[in-house]
Formats: sequence, structure tokens, C-alpha cells
Amino acid sequence: MSNLPAISDEQVETLIDDVLDQYGYDFTGYSRASLKRRLNRLYSLDKQVSFAEFRYKIGSDSVYFKRFVEQITVNVTEMFRDPSFYKVLRDSVLPTIATYPFIRIWLAGCSTGEEAYSMAIVLKELNLLHKSLIYATDINPTVLEKAAQGMFPLSQMKQYSENYIASGGIKDFSSYYSANYSLAKFDVDLREKMIFSTHNLVSDHSFNEFQLILCRNVLIYFDRDLQFKVLQLFDNSLENLGFLALGTKETTDFSPISKRYKRLEMEKIWRKTVDEKL
Amino acid sequence: MKNCEALVIGGSAGSLDVLIKVLPSIDVDIKFPIIIVLHRKKGTDSLLSDLLSTKTILKVKEAEEKENILPKTIYIVPSDYHLLFEKDLTFSLDYSEKVNYSRPSIDVTFQSAAEVYKDKLVCLLLSGSNADGVNGLTMVKEFGGEVAVQNPKTAQVDYMPNQAILRVNVDEILDIEQMADYINKLN
Repeated sequence: MSNLPAISDEQVETLIDDVLDQYGYDFTGYSRASLKRRLNRLYSLDKQVSFAEFRYKIGSDSVYFKRFVEQITVNVTEMFRDPSFYKVLRDSVLPTIATYPFIRIWLAGCSTGEEAYSMAIVLKELNLLHKSLIYATDINPTVLEKAAQGMFPLSQMKQYSENYIASGGIKDFSSYYSANYSLAKFDVDLREKMIFSTHNLVSDHSFNEFQLILCRNVLIYFDRDLQFKVLQLFDNSLENLGFLALGTKETTDFSPISKRYKRLEMEKIWRKTVDEKL
Repeated sequence: MKNCEALVIGGSAGSLDVLIKVLPSIDVDIKFPIIIVLHRKKGTDSLLSDLLSTKTILKVKEAEEKENILPKTIYIVPSDYHLLFEKDLTFSLDYSEKVNYSRPSIDVTFQSAAEVYKDKLVCLLLSGSNADGVNGLTMVKEFGGEVAVQNPKTAQVDYMPNQAILRVNVDEILDIEQMADYINKLN
């Protein structure tokens, strides 16, 4: 049996063109290595037998296209991922923006919502949740439906509880959810300040001004040009002195916005400095 | 192989000791990059780069996303990310599902390297307790690359090299003492 990838570089480009033409989803700025790997993964997961059929199904079946978007984008996430990051958020970032009468936070590329619930828990413990709004967006409507339910596998709770404690949480983590068969259902009051909405970082515009934007492990899937474009979108959506948080291997360095941003401590968090263009 | 364009070394349990022994003897004028994928715990990146950089005068650094891949440089794959190669010879990082219970996965990096470097790639698989890397070696061979494994008799944990020898038509089986010489001759 051959181990060679079923979908070639040229066929990747064909599919990118197809979905842009037919659905308006623009993947042209995505890193090809990862995209190609996801396409080949989907092809073999769904036991496709020929590229022509695969292409036809994507182009003609809008239900399958939904699955296509869900599967070729990466939706791996966890609660309190990188505890040291959440510790800085809890100890430094959120207390700083606590002085605002109203706190707006954007989680861009929120996937299935684990970070949104983590954020809500920290806000609640800092007694800020009542005056906060968490805008959680993703390109992919299917994951947003899951996020809105606030149910995560019970099997993950041991890890999440450890993350929570390592991030400075002092409560009993299990007090935030109730076990429901194999799922942990998180308290509805955490959900009350969340707004879930589709947003495509490639093609959609700024929709509000925020004091904090989190976009972690999304930019790694984009090429440099698209990364810069998205960072510009964040810059346009962030108030002066607001905070931008990226994934542990992502950076604003090299981008045109970097000169206005000052990095905090050891984490991938930058603060927007006062706009000097005036 | 002559004119190797990239050497990728994968390993798990028992591999770090091998690298510590081999790196000091690698020539400074090698004309290709060396990329190292090691299974390990999260958050130990700078420790590993620091440790390995004391063993060689070649530059050792963590692989960063969208970074140009340069010769004479040893790149360490960061913990908790898969490393992929782009056609323009830059790296991409990927936070998708674990493969073989591993992230970084050796299979993922070997396979991606094979697609980009084809018959100018050499992959070396070291000691370890699972079979991550073996499927990747198969793809390296299909693209015409060269495959070497640590002699299982010299491995702290012989499962990984044994699986490779069992399932892949490997080109070289190397004792630890032979590795640096083998690598230097890839120039």
C-alpha cells in the first residue's frame, strides 16, 4: 500500500479556488503544509476514492462543505491552556482593565469554547463578569453550536482542573459544572455574558472596540501576509492601552503594528501603547 | 547520500543521551540543516536547546513558524506543536490532534519533510518506546530519501528502532559511534 499523499500540491490549489468561487471562503492565505495535511486527512477519514469525486462532493454538497470547513480547520483546544498565560491574565491584565465601566473581550477563533468558559470563570472570580461581554467568534458554525452548549467531555476535567489550579484558581473546579453522563455541563451563569458568532478573520471586518483580544494558535495556520492583515484587523479593533494575546509560538514581531505594541513579561501578551500618529 | 538538503532526527525515550554523544563530532561545515524532533514534556523547550547548544558549535535554536530554514543550523521542534515544512523552505507549526499519542509527532515531521525534500532528505530514527516515526520513514523511502536507524542493540529502549527495521527497508543501521561520521559524509 502506498503511503504517498492522495492529494497533490496542484490539487490543493484547485480546491482552494473552488471553495472561493463557490462558497466565498478564502483559504488562499493559509499555510499550505498544514492545509494539505488536513485535506489528505479528511480524504482518508471519509474513505474518498478519487480526487474528482472528492472535489465534486465539496463543490456540490453544501452539507459536506460544512464538514469540510470543520475538518480542515484545526479545533484542538483546552480549558486554561498554558496555565502561566491565564495566571498573567488573572493577576495583571484583567485587574488593569477592571477599571473600565464595561469590559469587552474578543476571543477570535474560539473553536468549541473552552477558552470562553475559562475566561468567564476568571472574570467571575475577579467579580468582573457582571460588567463584561465575551465575543467568541469562529469561522466555523458547527464548533460555535458546541461552544454555546457549554458541555465538554468529563474525561478532560482532571486535566482542566490541574490547569485551573496551576493558573492560580483557588476554588474547587468541579463547582463550575455538573456531570451529565460523559459530559461536564458548565453553569449557565458563565454563559450569560458570552456572544457566539461566526466571523471569518480573512474576509470580515472589525465589528467593535475591545480592551482585550485573544487569538491563540490561529495565526500559525496563516502565511505572513495574512498574519499581518489579521494583526491589522486586531489593531483596528483594540482600544488604546488594550491588550492583545496570541499563542505561545506566535508574535507581533515583524508586522507593521509591532511598533505600537509593548510585550508583557514572559507571556505572549502585548499592550497597545498610545497612538502616536496624531 | 551526497548533497543532502536536510537531515531530520527523531527520537523518544533514550534519545537525548545519543544526541549528547553525537553532536560534538558533527562538522561545522555541514551544508544542510538538522531538525530534531524529540518526544518530551510540555514547556521544556529552552532547557533542551540550551543543553544541546553546549554540545556543538553549530547554531542551535527552536524552530519558529514561518522561519527560513538555513544550513549549518540545528533546529529543535518545540514541545506541544507539530512541525511541518513549506515548499518555500520555511517552517510551519501546527497544533492539531496528537499523532501516536504524541505532539510533536515524528511521523508528521518526517512525512512533511519527505514531501518537500524528496530524494534529498535523510531521516534518522533513534531510541524510543513507541512506533512514532516508522510510518514517516516509509514515506521518506517512497519519495526516494534515505533512512537510517539507531542499532537497537545500542538503544536504551529498542522498540522504536526495531519497529523501523521490521517495517521499513532501512538503508543504514548505526551504532552511536558511527552516527557523526555518517552525518558528516552527507555533505
